[in-house]
Amino acid sequence: MPPWKLASAVDDGIWSRLFNFENYGELLGLVQNSILAGAILGVVGGLIGVFVMQRDMAFAVHGISELSFAGAAAALLFGFNVVAGSLAGALAASIAIGLLGSKARDRNSIIGVLMPFGLGLGILFLALYPGRSANKFGLLTGQIISVDDPQLTWLSVISLIVLVGLLLIWRPLSFDSLDADVAAARGVPTRFVSLAFMVLLGLIIAVSVQIIGALLVLALVVTPAAAALRLSASPIVVPVIAMLFGFVSAVGGILLAIGGSLPISPYITTISFVLYLIARVVGLRTRPRAGLR
Amino acid sequence: MTAVPTGHRHPSNPVLSLKDAALGFGDRVLWDNLTLDVCAGEFLAVLGPNGSGKTSLLKTILGQQALDTGSIRFDGHAVRRGDRRIGYIPQQKLIPGGTPMRGRDLVALGVNGHRFGLPVSRGAERRQVDALLESVGASGYADEPVGNLSGGEQQRLRVGQALAGDPRMLLCDEPLLSLDLQHQRGVSELIDRRRRDHGTPVVFVTHDVNPVLGMVDRILYLAGGQFREGTPDEVLRSEVLTELYGTPVDVLRTGGRVVVVGIPDSETHHHHHGHGEN
Repeated sequence: MPPWKLASAVDDGIWSRLFNFENYGELLGLVQNSILAGAILGVVGGLIGVFVMQRDMAFAVHGISELSFAGAAAALLFGFNVVAGSLAGALAASIAIGLLGSKARDRNSIIGVLMPFGLGLGILFLALYPGRSANKFGLLTGQIISVDDPQLTWLSVISLIVLVGLLLIWRPLSFDSLDADVAAARGVPTRFVSLAFMVLLGLIIAVSVQIIGALLVLALVVTPAAAALRLSASPIVVPVIAMLFGFVSAVGGILLAIGGSLPISPYITTISFVLYLIARVVGLRTRPRAGLR
Repeated sequence: MTAVPTGHRHPSNPVLSLKDAALGFGDRVLWDNLTLDVCAGEFLAVLGPNGSGKTSLLKTILGQQALDTGSIRFDGHAVRRGDRRIGYIPQQKLIPGGTPMRGRDLVALGVNGHRFGLPVSRGAERRQVDALLESVGASGYADEPVGNLSGGEQQRLRVGQALAGDPRMLLCDEPLLSLDLQHQRGVSELIDRRRRDHGTPVVFVTHDVNPVLGMVDRILYLAGGQFREGTPDEVLRSEVLTELYGTPVDVLRTGGRVVVVGIPDSETHHHHHGHGEN
């Protein structure tokens, strides 16, 4: 067989593994709770991402998700609830970062120290875990389809708590994110606000780890907001676009993935990345930002 | 005057009052025995080299730094953190492009940025923001993204933000730093107009007195653990600063400007590590 024929045969196999819509309606019914959880996570992840960008905390997001992975892996090994383990790891990391790293440089070095430690611990726990290997990989690369319904409910409830919490501290958090010194002088309890933000961030990261995997959390917590910021500077339009992009990435990814046999994460990350690319191109055309200072 | 116990404001009462105040870090004294009253309508410039304790004085007034000894009272009461009756105008830090905020949002933070709860602004607050924008001449770029504005425009918005809530005193931390001459004049005139129209006293920390020389009533000059206080003519003199610095310093007056020559380099570079001097 000539090489191009060989290549096309391989392609056929890959395509049917990537996208397969047989019995789609039936599958859809089975995963509707996953879709709901993904939708809420996408919206809340997009929203909190706006503050992650303003506070320059993308690296912190990645660090917290590795600690969350370690917590989940420990829970798996010792037979606890995996979501609880994930939450414990994420909160421990986010609170530690919030308490120790008020300056960006301190913060980054703390994260740089914590992250490999957490990842290493997680790998140790997984190596010791005797169960199915699909569970192992799931924590790193996403496993929403294998999360059971009671846990999905928990993930949705936690996401909603984050949403409400974020709306309640919105103004003081915006003030603190823009100029912490002035905010403190003008009556914002900046320490409380920063710590509350870190707790909310830890919660949403723990949820993301369950759905998209520890390595890919940034695709839902940073990319949609980064894309939105290319398109607008309005304090209302940016969060709305970020939430929309997060929603489209999460739900779109799940819908494309369920027919095939692959993890959902690459679908979510790809949609999220493509939206970012489009936003960059559109942003260049509508908002010439250079030379205006 | 400082003996008046609490409460009632009297025209002769100082708005800000320091008594025998001292602050130092380790074995280094920033200032000692500092007694100072700032009354309504006064413009006090705080001068001195880096590390002389200007920023620490400011943090003390903001209630973020406790005195070693002595007392500091604002409006008759001990200072406290986050007192919204103090309008604070910070150094000009350029807000990066891409910050999701328009000019009016920066000013609005002064009106309701401290408030928890759903971020829905009321009609009265929006009108207040409009009035503040108008008063600092920023209505023209109220809806521009702040990241697209010049340093001077951003600083006008910060003045508007500080004036929200009708402050009893304005505290300015090098607000003219890195502005061009035209914006230096514009921003300092906004601050001075508030003082003249409302009697709001101004404490103005700066390393260069010239942009505000015509407005200053009194100067507090900090250097080398000591201070001198008085009118510009009393303090900005060669013999006074020579004594303060302990080394020959010349004060030259030329064309309405004051130039201080001969300040030792060690004073400007050597003392300021780790004490929050910017």
